[in-house]
Amino acid sequence: MAEAQTLQRTPLYDCHLEAGAKMVDFAGWEMPVQYQGVIDEHRAVRTAAGLFDVSHMGEVRVRGAGAEAFLQRLTPNDVAKLVPGRAHYSGLLTEEGTYVDDVLVYRLAADDFLVVVNASNAERDFAWIAARANGEAEVSNESDQYALLALQGPKALEILTPLATPGTPAVSELKYYGFRQGEVAGVPALISRTGYTGEDGFELYLAPADAPAVWRRLVAAGAAPAGLGARDTLRLEAAMALYGHEIDDTTTPFEAGLGWVVKLDKGEFLGRGALLAQKAQGAPRKLVGFEVEGRGIARQGHGVVSDGAPVGAVTSGTWSPTFEKALGMAYVPPALAATGTRLALDVRGKTLPAVVVDLPFYRRPR
Amino acid sequence: MYPSENLYSREHEWIRVEDDICVLGITEFAQAELGEVVFVELPETGQVFDTGDELGTIESVKAVAEVYTPVAGEVVEVNEAVTDDPELLNEDPHGEGWLIKLRFSSASDLKDLMNAEQYEEYVKSGEA
Repeated sequence: MAEAQTLQRTPLYDCHLEAGAKMVDFAGWEMPVQYQGVIDEHRAVRTAAGLFDVSHMGEVRVRGAGAEAFLQRLTPNDVAKLVPGRAHYSGLLTEEGTYVDDVLVYRLAADDFLVVVNASNAERDFAWIAARANGEAEVSNESDQYALLALQGPKALEILTPLATPGTPAVSELKYYGFRQGEVAGVPALISRTGYTGEDGFELYLAPADAPAVWRRLVAAGAAPAGLGARDTLRLEAAMALYGHEIDDTTTPFEAGLGWVVKLDKGEFLGRGALLAQKAQGAPRKLVGFEVEGRGIARQGHGVVSDGAPVGAVTSGTWSPTFEKALGMAYVPPALAATGTRLALDVRGKTLPAVVVDLPFYRRPR
Repeated sequence: MYPSENLYSREHEWIRVEDDICVLGITEFAQAELGEVVFVELPETGQVFDTGDELGTIESVKAVAEVYTPVAGEVVEVNEAVTDDPELLNEDPHGEGWLIKLRFSSASDLKDLMNAEQYEEYVKSGEA
């Protein structure tokens, strides 16, 4: 196929083939969707440790004396409270308060930030950020300079500790959303205690040329290669939003249950006016979790029906390897959002009963 | 890999003709593409289908696939083992993972199907 040749590959491409990956096109990248199977990889992350290649994610560096003030105006979370060595979850919002993307913001130093964005939006996000800098900060697209591995699961710390050279703080002392520069398996790495699975774990930002060796060391130490299929079932159980599903340029953080990233009292930022208005009026729809009560799986785009009329839509749905039943998330009117509400889902013309349950579906035992 | 006594459709169903009955399932290629199957929905005994009708659906963790019948006929038996234990479809798609038996109404449907060798070529060609 002609299109296949234009797909981008991460530095881990050969590692994936060695591990028996089935490769698919994801946002213009040739990525592993699974190795041995989604369910086994999912369970490996919940019970031991899994290793994901997420090098397709984009990194935008924002630097300069005005960088804090610039990001403070550009994003809804409070950058002034972010100290060097910490990251936070935030977003890029339109004037209407809807999502251009959801992002992680790392504060590398007082005037130096790394904004990590979704692969599918990387070019658009970079252009969005650069176009609004107005000389206040220096914005560069550094996506090509990083490979990114996510080591996730209850055994992640045990696997990483002997490979991470001693540093301060020790990796075991890193707090959730804390990070530090250091070395892993003898090469420089930004070691971040973050992830997208609902488990403890680390994300390792590496030079592309160093990444295959680190991947092999982590696999040899017991981390199971895990693909995008398991990444999706894991994040869904943990009720983490995915751009293009729970959030997009028609949804606000309040609708998506992400109001905690919006700091309305921090001062002016892009989208604040619209979000203030929505907060006063109440969001017109809410994201809920549901469990399917029949046989079948409701997936993105399937309708939520009330008295025969469409009132909402499923944003994500899957069969959950942890709970062994079909779960999903959907937008519904506030009147149908309470826990225990019965929903009717329109799955290819058939009605599938479901019930609203609390999110997240999965919370790791501590 | 593809039993020579079976006939194959472009939509990755196989059938095996036993007198006026045909056994129908999905192929090894189809199960590998779908990944781990978690639900199988099949018709009831006695339902009648035309050539190309949707017979049921197969859901994996990642995707849903419709099953079409390449031959017209009446459902005479449904494999309850596979609806109870959908993993059978992954483990043995050409054997214990069969889906239904149909009493077919016209043998002329069979001429449009591929033999095992043709099907294997079809899968390898990348057109599948």
